[in-house]
Amino acid sequence: MRKVLLPSLIILATSLLVIRIFYLQIIDDTLKLKSDNNAIKIKYEYPERGYIYDRKGKLLVANQASYDIMVIPRELKNTDTLEFCQLLNITKEDFIKKIEKAKVYSPRLPSVFLPQLNKSEFAAFQEKIRKYQGFYFQKRSLRDYEVAFGANIFGFITQVNEKLVAKNPYYNSGDLIGRQGVEESYEDLLRGIKGVKYIQKDKYNREIGSYKDGKYDTIAVQGEDINLTLDAELQKYGEELMINKRGGIVAIEPKTGEILALVTAPSYDPGILVGRQRSKNYTQLYRDSIAKPLYDRGLLAEYPPGSPFKILTGLVALQEGVVDEQSTFMCRGGFSYGRGRFQKCHCKIFGNVKLHNGVYRSCNAYFSNAYLRTIGKYAKPAYAVDAWSNHVKSFGLGQFMGYDLPTGKKGNVPDSKTYKKVYPNGGWRGTTIISNAIGQGEVLMTPIQLANMMATVANEGYYYTPHIIKKIEGHKIDKKFTTKHVTTIDKKYFKPIISGLFDVYNMGTASALRVEGIDICGKTGTAENFARIDGKRIKLEDHSIFVAFAPKDNPKIAIAILVENGGYGAAIAGPIASLMIEKYLRQKITRVDLEKRILATSLQSRYAKLGGLSEAVKLQIRISDSLLKKKTIIPTVKVKTDTTKSNKQAI
Amino acid sequence: MKNQSITNNIDWISIIIYVLLVILGWLNIYSSSLSSMEDTYEKQLIFIVLTIPLIFIVLSVDGKFYEKYASIIFGISLLTLAGLFLFGKTIAGQRCWYAIGSFTIQPSEFAKAATALALAKYLSDTQINLKETNRQIQALAIILLPVILILPQPDPGSALIYSIFIIVLYREGLPSWYVWTGFITILLFVLTLILEPQYVILIGLATLILVHFKSRLADRNIILSSMLFVVISGFVLSVNYVFENVFKQHHRDRFNILLGKTVDLKGIGYNTNQSEIAIGSGGWLGKGFLEGTQTKGGFVPEQHTDYIFTTVGEEWGFAGSLVVIALFAGLFLRIIYLAERQKTKFSRVYGYCVAGILFTHFFVNIAMVVGIFPTIGVPLPFFSYGGSGLWGFTILLFIFIKMDANKVNEW
Repeated sequence: MRKVLLPSLIILATSLLVIRIFYLQIIDDTLKLKSDNNAIKIKYEYPERGYIYDRKGKLLVANQASYDIMVIPRELKNTDTLEFCQLLNITKEDFIKKIEKAKVYSPRLPSVFLPQLNKSEFAAFQEKIRKYQGFYFQKRSLRDYEVAFGANIFGFITQVNEKLVAKNPYYNSGDLIGRQGVEESYEDLLRGIKGVKYIQKDKYNREIGSYKDGKYDTIAVQGEDINLTLDAELQKYGEELMINKRGGIVAIEPKTGEILALVTAPSYDPGILVGRQRSKNYTQLYRDSIAKPLYDRGLLAEYPPGSPFKILTGLVALQEGVVDEQSTFMCRGGFSYGRGRFQKCHCKIFGNVKLHNGVYRSCNAYFSNAYLRTIGKYAKPAYAVDAWSNHVKSFGLGQFMGYDLPTGKKGNVPDSKTYKKVYPNGGWRGTTIISNAIGQGEVLMTPIQLANMMATVANEGYYYTPHIIKKIEGHKIDKKFTTKHVTTIDKKYFKPIISGLFDVYNMGTASALRVEGIDICGKTGTAENFARIDGKRIKLEDHSIFVAFAPKDNPKIAIAILVENGGYGAAIAGPIASLMIEKYLRQKITRVDLEKRILATSLQSRYAKLGGLSEAVKLQIRISDSLLKKKTIIPTVKVKTDTTKSNKQAI
Repeated sequence: MKNQSITNNIDWISIIIYVLLVILGWLNIYSSSLSSMEDTYEKQLIFIVLTIPLIFIVLSVDGKFYEKYASIIFGISLLTLAGLFLFGKTIAGQRCWYAIGSFTIQPSEFAKAATALALAKYLSDTQINLKETNRQIQALAIILLPVILILPQPDPGSALIYSIFIIVLYREGLPSWYVWTGFITILLFVLTLILEPQYVILIGLATLILVHFKSRLADRNIILSSMLFVVISGFVLSVNYVFENVFKQHHRDRFNILLGKTVDLKGIGYNTNQSEIAIGSGGWLGKGFLEGTQTKGGFVPEQHTDYIFTTVGEEWGFAGSLVVIALFAGLFLRIIYLAERQKTKFSRVYGYCVAGILFTHFFVNIAMVVGIFPTIGVPLPFFSYGGSGLWGFTILLFIFIKMDANKVNEW
């Protein structure tokens, strides 16, 4: 018996291998199909990308035909390089470089030689392409932007990188993919599914029909059209107001969480990232590390929120029962705490402050006192800070909000753990962390979080996760966008705060910005900021912040505005907010002078201190100017969806 | 008798198979090297040419030499393995090479032959009875010493090969429950990964009950059966823990792909998937020498080393694969046949080791390439690119051929 074991094992194992190889080679012919060999050629049919509309059905992003010139290096035969280069308007060096690159990728697989030619560029070449063996073209559809704004929301289309090709079996080298904005977050829906055709070839490389009668072929599935929650007019107006400034605007419909406008400045015309100039333009935008046109400030700019945060300080103090509407504190131009430490206040009240005038005069002393009481409510400050922290976090702060755009920042809401790290031996209390009261401490917020906070206040205690998707034909939008988030603050505590915010416009810090007939509730804010120039820390002009919602009863819009180095809140962010609100609620502007002044305001000289104007900023200024002059003003007439549909089929 | 030719009495069948395998191996390396810019086929040709003097040396040495100096050879081999920790060169994360200029040498390829010699030497002592626990421990120690040195390099593939020595020990009288335990352990491990643990425990229980009541009344031992059940259950339940906590992610991935749990065409399963495609596209007769499109396209990574069999499958088809497999199987069976014919226990054990080592390499390698075994880097003997491997296997085989030729003199 003992002699037989090894020989039997050998015979058994060998048979097993032979059976497996027989299965692979003879029975399973899907493997043969996958073998990308000479006998079978795979042709892809690329579906058209879905269109993008705004909330009113206005077409924002459509498609145009474009052509990629492809090359299979091994099949190249005596190319007339000179004529070829002339036709495509490239240099001979370019030609050689591109061929080399293609060879490195694979001598026998097609690679993109020259991407994204438009119709006229391609026309001359088309007639002669047969002369050049090894070259062929592939028709693609490219984005055709109907508007010159919203680049940060749309994102752009680019060639998929090799890393993703290796990871995701759907994509092949040279395929297009959405990057940033909704093109990225709704890539799967917008792109559709490409069709695959297997074509049988004979020994002489001639196509002789479809492989196995098309048993393995698939048909392309059209990309889905989507409607955004964006209001195109408001978006355009916001971008215009932000010309020559840096910052972000976020407008949300409080009742639904729909994002009405998401402006970042500087931005760019989305059209410059289409076609042959794409990579040149993109590099220019990408390299601009100072103005950062690709950086969505509305979603990414984390700052201490400043005074708008007093809203939350007040709400938490009310909820915790440490103050009520009648509680009074003294303000003598500031607030002293600890050993002779003093925090200045600009409210100019010099006397008793209650919640109401504390809000509309933005009194530091009032809110610092209220915060001290909140933190002093429990014997242990750690416990109180955590209670406060949880209240604040219930407004969606200090965490990713879960909106449907691919970039974001968490912001920061400290809790007892934060301070345990900073003060490992304890000994911290209310006065140590007093800056939190007025939004200058460890708290950080992005503009979209500010806007969402205002929407929550407008709703008196709940919010829906902000989102940009309004409608996808045949699909429901994600459930998380229709789920109500209720804060830990009772509804009744919002009333006094809202009435204070209303008086910010009537007699407070924004009284100069009133719009006749619209009840706006708002709050100014200022964020200090510093920069390191030539190794020295220099205090720069404050960032101007403004948050608002309107109308007071039945709010339709909540908005947050951040203008970098714009000065105090009411200087520039405030006017922009009131103009935006008027534009959205009335579709026209009554205060033409104010509008003119804001449009003409340029902060470029302030930004120049940060490192001068780069080429890209200059380009940006040019683009912004052309945006203003651009004839494609949004038609006020609603575009009929039907006509755009038929257009689409014609392309 | 002194001046007889070294070719006297040598087994030509083994040598012809060996030569055929080396030539076929080189042709496939040549084909697979066309896609890359490297001159692997030229280097391999040099390695092959250098085996000729090597073979002459091995055959010229007196047949008794190997038996006499087996322990010393084994000791030197262990030293070279241990030396890797100090002087080894790290290539692709594995510290298993010595570098002399641009030339690298892998001592673990030679350690197998040394271990086989040592084991043969130990077992050839007529006093040795493998029924005794002491002897079992000593024999296992010989096998485990090189494994302990090889595992941390890390080179699990080379270490895995040593498991075949258990079969050799079994042939020489090791109690059969060793083999059974090993077999059942592997079976339970794989079953647990495929099925849920509770099902495997149920299957184990059913089997035990069946065995218990089928056996003769006198043999029924309820305590032993229960203990077995507890041990099996414990093992099965710990498999998932070991799998999740002891194994590294890439090991898990390889198992999961094999068991069809995760389908990831371009991720970790890339190697196996591409090799299956290459082989599968070969069909009955293959695409012809140098015509393999997958081979030329360079789709299969490591094709000239561990995945060399894909070239065979693609370019020579089922027919070619069958020929190669038949050659290998023929060689193994031939060696076993010769081993059983030996007059001394030493050369019989050694012959068995040779067949076992070559067979394990062959099976693990091809099973991996055709996707029925996890991805473990083990070369295909005589085929895969690499000087150390080729010489190691050549020495291993030809020492046995020399012993076999010598047997006439041992009367």
